[in-house]
Amino acid sequence: MIEDRGEPIELIEACEGAQAAWLVDAVCSGARPGTLHRFDVGERALPSGLFRVSTHRFGLADALELARALGRLPPRVTVYGIEGSRFAPGEPLSPAVAAAAERLAGALSTELAAAFAAVR
Amino acid sequence: MTERRTKTIKTDVLARVEGEGAMRVRIESGRVTEVQLKIYEPPRFFEAFLRGRDFTEALDITSRICGICPIAYQMSAVTAMESLCGVEVGGQLRALRRLLYCGEWIESHALHVFMLHAPDFLGFESAVAMARDHPTIVTDALALKKAGNEVMRVVGGREVHPINLRVGGVHRAPRKAELATLVEGLERAREIALGAVRLTASFDFPDYDQELELVALAQPGEYPIDRGRIISSTGLDIAPAEYESEFVEQHVPWSHALHSQRAGGGSYLVGPLARFATSFATLTPLAREVAVDVGLRTPERNPFRSIVVRSVELVHAVDEALELIAAYEEPDAPAIEVAPRAGIGHGATEAPRGLLYHRYEIDADGTILAANIVPPTSQNQVAIEADLRGVVERSLDLPDEQLSRLCEQTIRNYDPCISCATHFLKLEIERC
Repeated sequence: MIEDRGEPIELIEACEGAQAAWLVDAVCSGARPGTLHRFDVGERALPSGLFRVSTHRFGLADALELARALGRLPPRVTVYGIEGSRFAPGEPLSPAVAAAAERLAGALSTELAAAFAAVR
Repeated sequence: MTERRTKTIKTDVLARVEGEGAMRVRIESGRVTEVQLKIYEPPRFFEAFLRGRDFTEALDITSRICGICPIAYQMSAVTAMESLCGVEVGGQLRALRRLLYCGEWIESHALHVFMLHAPDFLGFESAVAMARDHPTIVTDALALKKAGNEVMRVVGGREVHPINLRVGGVHRAPRKAELATLVEGLERAREIALGAVRLTASFDFPDYDQELELVALAQPGEYPIDRGRIISSTGLDIAPAEYESEFVEQHVPWSHALHSQRAGGGSYLVGPLARFATSFATLTPLAREVAVDVGLRTPERNPFRSIVVRSVELVHAVDEALELIAAYEEPDAPAIEVAPRAGIGHGATEAPRGLLYHRYEIDADGTILAANIVPPTSQNQVAIEADLRGVVERSLDLPDEQLSRLCEQTIRNYDPCISCATHFLKLEIERC
């Protein structure tokens, strides 16, 4: 498990050789805070504009498409986006987002366990 | 042509620049009548946010203005505070901070040269499209960026929003052995950077020279990065403390950014072209040699060749990083204690994109009373608009789509960081 250090472009190296990848990030789409979005990126690109809460990085969608263009995208990539609420400097996590993160952590544990079991 | 022809070229959302921006060019009967670079990034409130904070906090707060050049903000901030309080950080502490700054130049320039700007010259819509036909360009970019990021991580404590700088020095000086781990990556980076100079020099460049005043820091015997006097191609030579008497900022109605002009009128530009013009002799011998080899002029006046100059600066930054690492000896203490003094402090350093000026007024307790921050992209706005006008005037016979792309390429010559260029005081609406 890798905690992103703010450089989606480094995912390209991190993903290399993997059979599957799960990514979790904040999203700003105007939906209710805490809303969970899920995308299967193996086949299709992420909708651009959704994961651009940081304007300074080569965004998540671009990084994944770069990986794909370089032949380094794992066959299975699932991206979860949690709709954020507070983005100003110094603000704490909002209750809605904290709750969504808890729920996702639970769901991911189950999904990952199933994926690993299938591999054995 | 005798019939009246008006067309407007608009790009509502500029791609491949940091932040959000748009441009508008209006052509009437074969003349360019209007040029606007519109910055509509949510206005930032950092200058107001700094009031009431401690002088030791300015660097960490202002570094949030820009995710791609946090070190530049931190360095301009600490330099301002140290200069007010009568402290000069020298020796190995200065070397460490300069090394960290080189790391930022490497990763910022690498991202821009390869991923943001090269696609324009190679005829691709995006780096992703370019990656399919030129995978090595992308993998080289990633390796170069990684070398820069590793410097930021080892010397700065973290790649994104590094945490190791402080007023008076650093929080922790790395061991010599930690710096040694950077060497292999930097040596590979040097080869890639040299390749970048040759690759970019082979691009087709529109024939366009501009004659704006070129403004950069200068320091005898060193390429301008972390300190110096402010000089220009037309003879300006001032201390950072005199910045506000020579450069003024104005609001323009179509943009949230402030436009910078010379006091008394006149446009200027900052960044790699300016540094290259005024400090060519202080580049490392390798950087100078490859610059001459590929035919760069001194001064280089074609803004489209900024990509080549940026690549030369990549060679320099990697070269200098290796020199600093080789010469490093662990300092006795990671920082000098700095006691606050009431007054006004000025700090000017060279961000990857150009001169970044900070001014702070603090009281005797070290509380910040006021702040003014002038980023390089703010200062280049006028130059960008002048170039758009000049380039369009010479290219009126191009079909609209091509002309629009040429305009975007023109803007990207400046590697504009639009997120830095907006720092409004009055904030009415907060958007995420």
